Amino acid sequence: MSRKTLSAAFPYTLPVLMGYLSIGVVFGWMMAAIGYAPTWAAAMSAAIYAGSGQYLAVDLLDRAAPLGDVAFLTLIINFRHLVYGLSMLDKFRGMGWRKLYMIFSLTDETYALLAGVQPPQGVEEKGFYFSIAVLDHLYWIGGSVLGAVAGSLIQVNTEGIDFAMTALFIVIAVEQWRSSRQHLPALLGAGATLACLLVMGQDNGRFLIPALVLMVALLLLLRPRLEGKPEDDAGQGGEDW
Amino acid sequence: MSAGQTVAAIAVMAVITFLTRALPFLLFGRRGNPPRGVLYLGRYLPPAVIAMLIVYCFRQVSFQAPANWVPALIAGLAVALLHLWKRNNMLSILGGTILYMVLVQVVF
Repeated sequence: MSRKTLSAAFPYTLPVLMGYLSIGVVFGWMMAAIGYAPTWAAAMSAAIYAGSGQYLAVDLLDRAAPLGDVAFLTLIINFRHLVYGLSMLDKFRGMGWRKLYMIFSLTDETYALLAGVQPPQGVEEKGFYFSIAVLDHLYWIGGSVLGAVAGSLIQVNTEGIDFAMTALFIVIAVEQWRSSRQHLPALLGAGATLACLLVMGQDNGRFLIPALVLMVALLLLLRPRLEGKPEDDAGQGGEDW
Repeated sequence: MSAGQTVAAIAVMAVITFLTRALPFLLFGRRGNPPRGVLYLGRYLPPAVIAMLIVYCFRQVSFQAPANWVPALIAGLAVALLHLWKRNNMLSILGGTILYMVLVQVVF
């Protein structure tokens, strides 16, 4: 990563700068609202680096969820990353030690950028991708710290700020709904979860485990119907989120 | 939660998040082809999981008093409509959250 690749990459990352600053600020503010110092928000954004995962983490920390629940929920909310990696196998080949960081930093937004951009003429390709990844990560940490500091300095009633997590998931769902003609999986997910919630009650979110099992089972049962033609290239060109 | 428990929770989240990103490279990095079943779930499970998490977010809704469900319903609809209209993540998330905060703090 040189100054040249950095300045070439910067303009491409501007949309992510706007998005990460705002979503990061809200994350940091939520952390402040549940009583955590800005260093915690910074550490999480540096080490975990996952938007929806960290929004969920605020809820998990706030209700002191057991580590098993933390592991389970982190796993399922990040399952979609599997698809991202599959379409980056070739792009990251030959990046040496930087490949490890590229994999670590493969968030929804960075994935979307990397999938869509080509380096300008005369800019080294791998350094350009690496610069995009580093810049995005810095925006995310910066936004989180900004929000956490603001949240600890500005005394306002933050009751209800946790709704930002709900709002983020609704936004993701709307995007997914628009980008796919197949709405059965989303309906199935909502239905299965609602059924398990009604049967088991909301105690500590335990109903999510049978809900996930039920969803996977139903999806596998419906596979012949959903998959359509055998040559349909599932998993290629993933969604924005 | 103690500082130690928080560090443990963050470490677990960091490691698992990294693993979900690294798994395809570990399994299929050497020009292997992923099983079709994995590709299928990788494609159709994420929308189901997001729908599940939305239900999870609304788990504390009850119909005993309007304050227990009306703000969540109004703000949730507002987020969806705002996003269908403008498709601006920032506007949808901030707008819906501020509306919700006003509803629970001032109105209900």
